[in-house]
Amino acid sequence: MRKAGRIGFIYLSLFVALILTVMPMPQLVKLARPDWVLLVLMYWAMALPQRISVGTAFFSGFIVDVLVGTVLGVNALAFSVVIFIVAQHHLKIRNFSVVQQSLLLGLLLALYQLLLFWLSHFLTGVYFMPQYLWPVVTGMLVWPWLFWLLRRYRRQLKIQ
Amino acid sequence: MNQSYSRGSSLPLRLFLAVVCSAGLMFLDRYTDSSTQLRSYLTTAVSPLFYVASLPEKLFSGASEQFMSQQAVLDENARLKETLLQQSGQLQLLRYLQQENEKLRALLGSSAVIEDKRLVAEVLAVYSHPFSHQVVLNKGTKDGVTEHQAVIDDQGIVGQIVSVGPTSSRALLISDNTHAIAVRAERTGVRAIVEGLGQWDALRVMHLPHSTDIREGDRLLTSGLDGRFPEGYPVARVAKISQDASQPFMVVYAEPYALLDRIRHVLLLSNTPRIPEPPQEPLAGTAPQEQP
Repeated sequence: MRKAGRIGFIYLSLFVALILTVMPMPQLVKLARPDWVLLVLMYWAMALPQRISVGTAFFSGFIVDVLVGTVLGVNALAFSVVIFIVAQHHLKIRNFSVVQQSLLLGLLLALYQLLLFWLSHFLTGVYFMPQYLWPVVTGMLVWPWLFWLLRRYRRQLKIQ
Repeated sequence: MNQSYSRGSSLPLRLFLAVVCSAGLMFLDRYTDSSTQLRSYLTTAVSPLFYVASLPEKLFSGASEQFMSQQAVLDENARLKETLLQQSGQLQLLRYLQQENEKLRALLGSSAVIEDKRLVAEVLAVYSHPFSHQVVLNKGTKDGVTEHQAVIDDQGIVGQIVSVGPTSSRALLISDNTHAIAVRAERTGVRAIVEGLGQWDALRVMHLPHSTDIREGDRLLTSGLDGRFPEGYPVARVAKISQDASQPFMVVYAEPYALLDRIRHVLLLSNTPRIPEPPQEPLAGTAPQEQP
């Protein structure tokens, strides 16, 4: 019972990330909007892989697809693949320093963006533009703060 | 802790399942017709999220209006009154011209132009994923919104409605990669198709032969030939033409009139077909490809 209540907090953080994903913003800021949901999922997959892994990633990705208006399943697939990698190597990633982590996550975020682009390219024929990769940079910059915040959140609320 | 290891072994299986499910979803969404219905249900289900997400911005703009000085409000009021006066002056002339136009059309025996019903909607969320330029509007089936309605702002065409929920709807912008619109150049009457590129400030005019008379600065208006958009609304201004003889067609870029990245309020036009149906020959590729 108590554990079920604790897990609710994880979903709460994902919910906040979803809201940040669709929050109206000026155009310039929007292009560089970090992939909040993926970052939060990455944290939880790293900290509690037995609770949050591919299944949650799939459903969050599906919701993002609906919110964002991309072809259904594109984000779901990309999220699943990236979170799979994080969950597989969570023990290694945990041991890295925060800077190393954000470098590694940068690679994963780039993988996510490219997966998204490839799938969309096949399905709707979009063209590649370098500015699609801005979220990778901002995601890397945001990670240390997000990591600190979510770790505090997890420890304060004793989410396991 | 043991649990994590026992579960870890099934990770590849779960990834496999997720991949299969998403591939199925993609296929369903892209290649079948059922997805439009599904999308509208899903849009309805998540619309509270959009309301929550736009709350802070609403609060801020509400607060800034509260703290606007009285002088600023008076100034704005005076300015608005002036524009209203000017525009209603022009409108008087327009009424007269409209009547005259109807009489002439009646004399010629051509079909009368039906007056549009309009509906004002507010933009709840502009989702600017580069791969999908869409906005969520705060009007839905309860307000009489239907699919394929044209959406305009005060400058020109914005896009069209692609899925409708009870209280919200989703519009595809003309700048989206999957969107195309039939236009006519105002100066010469040349017909063309304008496609979105996934950029906010550039559209591409497709399939214009090198001999076409088109110049930078030409206004492109909707031609109504796609059967979706009513005729005569401004779409874009020709911005850049590059004549490359090695290309089969001219490469022409146009800049949309509507401020697609800054829209707040839009008008929905009722989708009454403006052209008589029978004489229209099948125009391959003219109908906007809608994102299912």
